[in-house]
Amino acid sequence: MKVLVAVKRVVDYNVKIRVKSDNTGVETANVKMSMNPFDEIGVEEAVRLKEAGKATEIVAVSMGPQACQETIRTALAMGADRGILVLTDAELQPLAVAKILKVLCDKEQPGLVILGKQAIDDDCNQTGQMLAALLDWPQATFASKLELGVSDARVTREIDGGLETITVTLPAVLTTDLRLNEPRYASLPNIMKAKKKPIDTVDPASLGVDVAPRLSTLKVNEPAKRQAGVKVATVADLVAKLKTEAKVI
Amino acid sequence: MTTLILAEHDNASLKPATLNVVAAAQKLGAPIDLLVAGHTCKAVAEAAAKIPGVAKVKLADDAAYAHPLAENLAALLLALAPGYSHILAPATTTGKNVMPRVAAKLDVAQISDVCGVESADTFVRPIYAGNAMATVQSKDAVKVITVRTTAFDPAPAEGGSAAIEPVAAQPASPKSRFEGAQITKSERPELTAARVIVSGGRGMASADNFKMLEALADKLGAAVGASRAAVDAGFAPNDLQVGQTGKIVAPELYVAIGISGAIQHLAGMKDSKVIVAINKDEEAPIFQVADYGLVADLFQAVPELVKEL
Ligand SMILES: Cc1cc2nc3c(=O)[nH]c(=O)nc-3n(C[C@H](O)[C@H](O)[C@H](O)COP(=O)(O)OP(=O)(O)OC[C@H]3O[C@@H](n4cnc5c(N)ncnc54)[C@H](O)[C@@H]3O)c2cc1C
Ligand SMILES: Nc1ncnc2c1ncn2[C@@H]1O[C@H](COP(=O)(O)O)[C@@H](O)[C@H]1O
Repeated sequence: MKVLVAVKRVVDYNVKIRVKSDNTGVETANVKMSMNPFDEIGVEEAVRLKEAGKATEIVAVSMGPQACQETIRTALAMGADRGILVLTDAELQPLAVAKILKVLCDKEQPGLVILGKQAIDDDCNQTGQMLAALLDWPQATFASKLELGVSDARVTREIDGGLETITVTLPAVLTTDLRLNEPRYASLPNIMKAKKKPIDTVDPASLGVDVAPRLSTLKVNEPAKRQAGVKVATVADLVAKLKTEAKVI
Repeated sequence: MTTLILAEHDNASLKPATLNVVAAAQKLGAPIDLLVAGHTCKAVAEAAAKIPGVAKVKLADDAAYAHPLAENLAALLLALAPGYSHILAPATTTGKNVMPRVAAKLDVAQISDVCGVESADTFVRPIYAGNAMATVQSKDAVKVITVRTTAFDPAPAEGGSAAIEPVAAQPASPKSRFEGAQITKSERPELTAARVIVSGGRGMASADNFKMLEALADKLGAAVGASRAAVDAGFAPNDLQVGQTGKIVAPELYVAIGISGAIQHLAGMKDSKVIVAINKDEEAPIFQVADYGLVADLFQAVPELVKEL
């Protein structure tokens, strides 16, 4: 079975972002970029499926500017077989990403598509669900455990009340949650090997997808800042402050 | 213009999150219908009908909706969509699972985690773990929205008397099947609706130690939360995770114990009214958002706190 994984290039999760002074967006020049952490979990899961003999080929897809090639290389170094770079400098919103992935799925015919549950930049948590809808495939989102069969997949999902298990028929779309696995670091030999793995480059227009944004960003502001608090010396002080000053207990 | 809200419930009772969504919907200034999709869930529809400001409750009572499978709920919402300008759900795991599916089928954007309604087409939503707030305008014919519940004070639960109107179920999808659930049982208030939350992190050091927080939570009538590190380490179940990719909470009092205050954790709790941090590292970033910080070993401070209360 072929597995397709989507990998997004995002501002690294350790970076404390800054809002641009003209309020048009967030400063992304000269900040560290990485693969979206949920997508690392996606690649790891695909590689484990291949190691278990359940997946035959792993295709990693990233969309955005040329630099997304680095993100694909990271996926290839972790164990993906080949990459597809959908090259564009245009802003891509989840619906556009889902439409592009749909075209790629029509072409590649994967049995399973794995995405992150959420990109940590736009925090949308939409793309996998949208892709499943466009393909008319079932979806297993927020997955913390995958048992892949020949014609279906049993998936444990992290939900607000605890955990839920569903079975979806294949082909299906899966989105990863934090507890699905712990992604590996690529070894140096694998990083070298990844340089020789093929990456195809296509653009949205050649795939026939209109990527025009549906939402326009009018402004981006900093959130309200909290007032600096105080340090208390003892537990008794803390309790007293909570009672008489904050009046919350 | 009319708004449709997907109600959140467990077939027995209406979840408070629905009331926050009603409050957000009222800012749109359009009549509000509420969809209760479930199985043997008449009591939920009756509770929904009492919410002031709700015009109609649509009740889809069918085995297909016994569990909130995205495929089936999306098909139902799509059948009802014509006639609605806005379709809303809380940004719960159910809302997040279903609504993008609806939006894609309608060929419209979904607007996630809305925490401000500027007008019928302009909304404020957090990006980058809430470190920036984006004001976005939708040009789509239908606005499909998930609502960050902590950003809207709940609408009252009583006082209305909306009509309950049955709606036909859509055929269930053969592609997805519910197998079972492990729902965490607790006598404590629900995390997202609690007035006080006591949260533990990696500093708790073990699942056994984590139970120490129970005594404190008992004293405070609090819900218990956790950081990702505490969940990953198996100290606490996944549904307790507070943060960017867990639950968003905004209680009156949030007590962070043995939590360093990573961006991703702060994203989930920094709108709490009063924040207390107990940490042995005085440099821990959690102190930058704490109203009251106690630099101490939690294994001494927590038992002492339980005694003082
Ligand atoms: C994609 C992604 C999503 C994430 N989502 C979330 C999320 O939703 N929620 C979340 O919480 N995190 C999330 N994280 C993880 C986050 O980055 C941090 O790793 C995590 O919050 C750290 O948890 P912690 O504060 O418990 O642990 P640590 O950072 O290890 O901090 C432990 C703290 O305990 C203190 N301590 C230790 N022993 C004691 C003692 N005896 N007494 C007092 N203090 C003590 C230490 O001084 C330290 O400050 C996410 C990360 C990624 C990459
Ligand atoms: N530009 C992109 N390139 C590749 N994958 C993407 C892109 N945007 C979104 N995705 C995938 O969709 C997931 C969810 O993103 P979002 O819906 O934006 O939160 C991500 O974790 C990726 O797997």
